[in-house]
Amino acid sequence: MSTTTPEPTTAVGKAADWADTRMGASKLVREFGRKIFPSHWSFMLGEVSLYSFIIVVLTGTYLTFFFYPAMGELHYDGPYVPLQGVEMSQAYQSTLYISFELRGGLLIRQMHHWGALLFVAAVSIHMLRVFFTGAFRRPRELNWLVGVGLLALSWAAGFTGYSLPDDLLSGNGLRIIDGIIKAIPLVGTYISFFLFGGEFPGIDIISRLYTLHIMIIPAAIIALIAIHLIFVVVHKHTQWPQAGNTERNVVGEPVLPTFAAKGGGFFFLVFALIAGLSAFFQINPVWNYGPYDPSPVSAGTQPDWYIGWADGILRIAPGWMEFYIFGWPISMNILVAVIIMVGVLVGMAVWPFFEAWVAKDNREHHVLDRPRNAPTRTAVGVAFVVWYLVMWAGASGDLIAVFFHMSLNDMIYIFRFLFFFGPIIAYIVTKRICLGLQRKDREVALHGRETGRILRLPHGEFIEVHEPLDPHSAWRLVAFDSPEYVPAQADENGKISTAEKWRGRFSKFFFEDRVAPLSKAELEAAHAHNEGHGHHLDSEGNDQDGQGRPLPH
Amino acid sequence: MALAVLLLLGLLLTGGAYAMFTNSASANAQQVSAQDIAEGEKLFVANCATCHGMNAEGSENGPSLIGVGAAAVDFQVGTGRMPLQMHGPQAARKAPQFNEEETAQLAAYVASLAPGPAIPDDEYLDPALGDPAAGGGLFRTNCAMCHNVVGSGGALTRGKYAPSLSGVSERHIYEAMQTGPQNMPKFNDASLTPEEKRDIIAYLDEINTMTAPGGFKLGSLGPVAEGLFIWFFGLGAVIGLTVWLSARAK
Amino acid sequence: MSSKEHTVTSDELDVNGHTNPGLPEHKPRLTDTYPEIERRFERQVAGWFVLSMLGTVLFIVSFIAIEPGESYDLMRLSNTLLGLGATLALLGIGVGAIVWAKNLMNDHEVTESRHDIHGSEEDRAIAVEIIKQAKEESGIARRPLIRNTLIAALALAPLPAVIVFRELGPLPGDKLFNTLWDQGVRLAIDTGGIPENPRLLRAEDVTIGSVVHVIPENIHDGDHALDEKAKAAVLLMKIDPDELNEDPERADWSYDGIVAYSKICTHVGCPVALYEHQTHHLLCPCHQSTFDVTDHCKVIFGPAKRPLPQLPITVDSEGYLVAQSDFPDPVGPTFWEINTR
Repeated sequence: MSTTTPEPTTAVGKAADWADTRMGASKLVREFGRKIFPSHWSFMLGEVSLYSFIIVVLTGTYLTFFFYPAMGELHYDGPYVPLQGVEMSQAYQSTLYISFELRGGLLIRQMHHWGALLFVAAVSIHMLRVFFTGAFRRPRELNWLVGVGLLALSWAAGFTGYSLPDDLLSGNGLRIIDGIIKAIPLVGTYISFFLFGGEFPGIDIISRLYTLHIMIIPAAIIALIAIHLIFVVVHKHTQWPQAGNTERNVVGEPVLPTFAAKGGGFFFLVFALIAGLSAFFQINPVWNYGPYDPSPVSAGTQPDWYIGWADGILRIAPGWMEFYIFGWPISMNILVAVIIMVGVLVGMAVWPFFEAWVAKDNREHHVLDRPRNAPTRTAVGVAFVVWYLVMWAGASGDLIAVFFHMSLNDMIYIFRFLFFFGPIIAYIVTKRICLGLQRKDREVALHGRETGRILRLPHGEFIEVHEPLDPHSAWRLVAFDSPEYVPAQADENGKISTAEKWRGRFSKFFFEDRVAPLSKAELEAAHAHNEGHGHHLDSEGNDQDGQGRPLPH
Repeated sequence: MALAVLLLLGLLLTGGAYAMFTNSASANAQQVSAQDIAEGEKLFVANCATCHGMNAEGSENGPSLIGVGAAAVDFQVGTGRMPLQMHGPQAARKAPQFNEEETAQLAAYVASLAPGPAIPDDEYLDPALGDPAAGGGLFRTNCAMCHNVVGSGGALTRGKYAPSLSGVSERHIYEAMQTGPQNMPKFNDASLTPEEKRDIIAYLDEINTMTAPGGFKLGSLGPVAEGLFIWFFGLGAVIGLTVWLSARAK
Repeated sequence: MSSKEHTVTSDELDVNGHTNPGLPEHKPRLTDTYPEIERRFERQVAGWFVLSMLGTVLFIVSFIAIEPGESYDLMRLSNTLLGLGATLALLGIGVGAIVWAKNLMNDHEVTESRHDIHGSEEDRAIAVEIIKQAKEESGIARRPLIRNTLIAALALAPLPAVIVFRELGPLPGDKLFNTLWDQGVRLAIDTGGIPENPRLLRAEDVTIGSVVHVIPENIHDGDHALDEKAKAAVLLMKIDPDELNEDPERADWSYDGIVAYSKICTHVGCPVALYEHQTHHLLCPCHQSTFDVTDHCKVIFGPAKRPLPQLPITVDSEGYLVAQSDFPDPVGPTFWEINTR
């Protein structure tokens, strides 16, 4: 290329030429420089996940320079008085060294931990955004699967890190993991002995978790993030249903310069937030817990938040769920936590395909659903969130009990009840709210916004002035996908297969309750009607389309 | 008032000088004036006898206090747990109803009924003389499962709880270990020697007075508080930033 | 590049019969209209970048000036100032860049067309052709012997990568059934960690209402003391014999109302250490399993199933509390082979 272009003269030009002749930089800039990213706050949540992961990698790398992942015993002689002379592992000792003696060590450690908590939280809320807006639909199903993998890996990264300091809290966490592993039928005892290099706690577990924590898991996360981002480039970003946005375009800001400046600036803001949290708020003060010792335990022994729901299941499940078949134990009271965690991941992975199958919808979707416009999906999502929250809260039942002066036992009974009924209530309530919002949208599109101004007409009738929507605002309310109930269909032989019967049932469950979007004819009729009043006025009582409820005059 | 207490403590302990040689703070022989005991009995009859019986022999509503010793009375009345405000799963700490002199008189009266643990000697209450590191190990083994590793408190069964230990005086901590108030087990001088109890006091003193190196402690409640904080504050701030960032400028 | 961008046309795709009205008209910002406001934002952005530099200086100065590790106050001061410096350094750059982008950079929305994700018909045809050619040239379809043996070889090849993990640890053997407790092993007080000189216990040291955390005196005898402690930790409680509801077969496992139970929860192994001396309940702080000490530590609430194993105790000729034997039942969480012995 440089052979055909004139020799650059400026320094920048020379540098650009150097880069282009070695890696084809001009093609990259041409390809990516003007890529369009729609601008909406909820589209930045994935960035938060990415940025907090980068920050965690940076701070974690620094920590590895000073942390000794070893369980050899020594006596502490550092500045923390309540542990002086106490026997502890090298892992714990070096964590204390990082915290107390290394300049900036405590800050970096706290940034690593706050960053990790934020990372998993951001991944979770990003996935909720993707779910509730239907962004997982074709062609993005595979990227959703990558996201599910990243979620599971973020839990693994978090838990292996939580266990490393070898303090009393993390040691008891490992002990619980050991108990869960031992509950696995047939092979549990062997897996436990292999993982711990013999009996719990042994002297190997910290270095083994360390290898997983700093090598395998981050490598897998980085690989999946790369795939995730390539998919984003291939698919281009989704966008909200707004005037000007269609299934065939992307409307937003170009990467260079605006999005790069905003996104790049946002990286620094997330970094600043984590630094600020770490400057002022103490996290995981490992020195409080003392070295791991299998005999003591602290009240309020809990995992980090993202494992909390599994711990909650362990608390909620009653003991009778453990049973014996010819003397062989099946500890369902413990295994249920594993089954639910795996089941949730599988359920998430399957959902896009399930929903497409139920709705017989194989189209590409680049314009998002507003959550209200997919009432059943939204209701299922909220039901899941409530279910998750119940399990998560279950892990802090003891703290809630103390805080609200309640009985610990009653808390667990309440959680057992909510475990089953919380999601059902949430489903019903959410679905009704969604349908109500859809009806409201319909009303607003038909008759305009309520202004709160009351007029008295010459013949004495009071009406509220409604302000008609401009076409740009109205678009959002009328232009949405609204699948209908498709009963089970017979195949070419005239038979209805079992799978198709089920699909029909699910379709009924999903789409039977439905508020139809306004057709163009309905909208035009309403506008003509509104025009008739001359002042863009309307009163609820004059509603003629049968959707509204007549108000008493 | 503090002087009066010191004087009283001196009086209580002069008769039990042998305690220092046997390394026991549970001096059974206590010398208090007969007047104190008489005053204490009056207070007892007026304020405690309804539940504990006219002669502290106990009733359906309260346990017998014969043999519980001055330490138990000093703890229960000194921390405001007794007299009980209302029946519930557990008596809560509240502002004491009696002043220190009256508390001491009540203690003297109950102690006069039968031998029991005495109010501990100052020697065993001074954190400066204890070993906080040894105390930390003992605290984690014997206390942390209920009171949390830094004494933030925790839940017990059916509405009972282990209270927070911050702001509890050294004397009351000692007396609680010694007498096992409510559902707390007793730690006699064999399971935790007076020196070990002092080590625990030294540990609590150290962690309660030290500056938290990392910043605000969020209640020292562990990962639950941290998780709530990152969701409400951390993620809340992040969402605020994203909204600002993607909003159009005016 | 410019071919990808085009102004939006309003009729690209109708939805529910409605015509997309297209992007609303661009509204100019204050900075687009008033040059003095534009200059003010320019100064503001520069101000944020200067703040960042000050933050960096604060970080470096604090890093050099404050040595943590001398006192808790210095640790706190160091952490706060370093963190504040880093926060300002990062915040200045972040806010500056975003204020710049929002107020001074072009804010006209740009539209890009989406293209089909799949290849063109031609691409597909060529791809099919390439794969066909590869099949032909390798002859994989024509030579089933090679194909099948390759598949078998590939299927077997990972096995060594699985089997090497056998070396991760020893086989369980009977380790989960045995602890250091044995006939005549004396009970020693657990003072935290692994004590150098275990302090032994006499029966009269345990009084009603008290609880003693106990380990075997020979805690150093195992390969690794913490592994042994993880199985052998015991709680010793003395209960008025009238309140103790003992199984006649186990009546001689206690001594004068003193009972010893494993401290390791039969649920997932947390130390069950919360003893309520009035209710005689033991509560696990991790998952709230509750055991009734008066009734051989049967589970009365929570997720555990099996009672805590009891350690039979008595006193030896010197008056020390000793174990009569090892635990008759395995301690800790349920495991698959638990009933094989």
